[in-house]
Amino acid sequence: MLERALAFEVAAAARPALPILPLEAKKLVFEAAGRRLIDGLDLLLRPGLLTVVMGPNGAGKSLLLRLLHGLLRPHAGSVLWAGRPADRAIGRRQAMVFQRPVLLRRSALGNLRHALAARGLAYSERTVRTRKMLEIAGLAPLARMPARRLSGGEQQRLALARALALEPEVLFLDEPAANLDPASTLAIEGLIQRAHDDGVKIVLVTHDFGQARRLADEIIFLHKGRVEEQAAAARFLTDPASAKAEAFLAGRIVL
Amino acid sequence: MQDFATAFGLAFGMIAAGDPALAEIVLLSLRVTLSAVAIACALGLPLGAGLGVLRFPGRGASILLLNASMGLPPVVIGLLIYLLLSGAGPLGVLGLLYTPTAMIIAQTVLVLPIVAALTRQTVEDLQGEYDEQLRSLGLGAWATVKTLLWDARYSLLTVALAGFGRAIAEVGAVLIVGGNINHVTRVMTTAIALETSKGDLALALALGLILITLAVAVNGVVMAMRQATARITYA
Repeated sequence: MLERALAFEVAAAARPALPILPLEAKKLVFEAAGRRLIDGLDLLLRPGLLTVVMGPNGAGKSLLLRLLHGLLRPHAGSVLWAGRPADRAIGRRQAMVFQRPVLLRRSALGNLRHALAARGLAYSERTVRTRKMLEIAGLAPLARMPARRLSGGEQQRLALARALALEPEVLFLDEPAANLDPASTLAIEGLIQRAHDDGVKIVLVTHDFGQARRLADEIIFLHKGRVEEQAAAARFLTDPASAKAEAFLAGRIVL
Repeated sequence: MQDFATAFGLAFGMIAAGDPALAEIVLLSLRVTLSAVAIACALGLPLGAGLGVLRFPGRGASILLLNASMGLPPVVIGLLIYLLLSGAGPLGVLGLLYTPTAMIIAQTVLVLPIVAALTRQTVEDLQGEYDEQLRSLGLGAWATVKTLLWDARYSLLTVALAGFGRAIAEVGAVLIVGGNINHVTRVMTTAIALETSKGDLALALALGLILITLAVAVNGVVMAMRQATARITYA
């Protein structure tokens, strides 16, 4: 009986899960205080491309990430993962890093362990993954430090390491290098590039054109809660199709 | 009636000599109050955290009720527990009236709203900060409560100490349900009230000094813990 149950579990684990990409947003609407912050937004995100979301302040970049990740419910429209609405299982195949890292009042190690425990990983697997991830993120010597005593750059690297330790298939990053010095930014970008090379779908919000140039395969330009332009990075940065994107790239105010 | 200076002298003498009658009273006080605080924490921490995290109809009213019951007068709680435990009361068959158990029950009822209400506030504040991260991880309600209770652990220790301070200093509830019986239910506060009315100021003063020392010590621990907390985790 037990053997049969075990065999069943092994089979279930070996069975490849259904793909969750492409990720599609259809006629997405989100309102706050009577204002339409996301205004009938349509979007298609394919696997394999490192997607960077750009746009002026208030364009709805952070909101879009939260809607896609399921932290906010749209007032209208839908988010579809390979044609299906998100459920718990799909939620567990994504991760997100916030602009201001939310670190628990525990050690760096404790933060990773907590996240992995939340996803139901066994103790031995948690130990292996946390050690590996702290090593990759260059945080191994700081493993026992209280997370909130780390420097800004280290905290953001820890938040990113925590998200990557979950081995997500899709990773949402909301300005992960905002307010960081060039060295810390480079370390963060190295981790992002590495995850992308490992096949993680990256959706990154940034204001930093240099960062977009270094990382992006495609760029989504948001304006007033809509996708104004979605294009290959090189093309967008040199020759944007829309007038608004051109003004944005030139540093002019787009309203 | 002894004069003031003599009373003080005798009081210090009793404390220094470890007077057995004095020790018995102090130990019973600690036993009753620590038991009550432990039970109140076991119930109040999850209760308060649940109230802070969960959203359900009637939540606002529950919080209002809980906050209001922080200010329940100890004599009223004593009276209610007395009615429950007295021979004619619904729990009279248990024969608990005028026992330390009855005093623990009364003080638990006194401390539970304090622990639960302060925990609710602490946990809700922390959740405001953690909410997106925990939801991103896909944490359920119970796992969220556990995470928040653990991460608020230093603040919650001060919550428990606040409950301890309230219970150890209260006289009304333990007097009514305990009866201040010598060697059975006599605690520091009831003894002070009795000895003062009898005019035996030495014992009353000695107990008063110990009570104050305890209060200062508890506050000292709270302060030290807050500073350590700021240094270690909240920086």
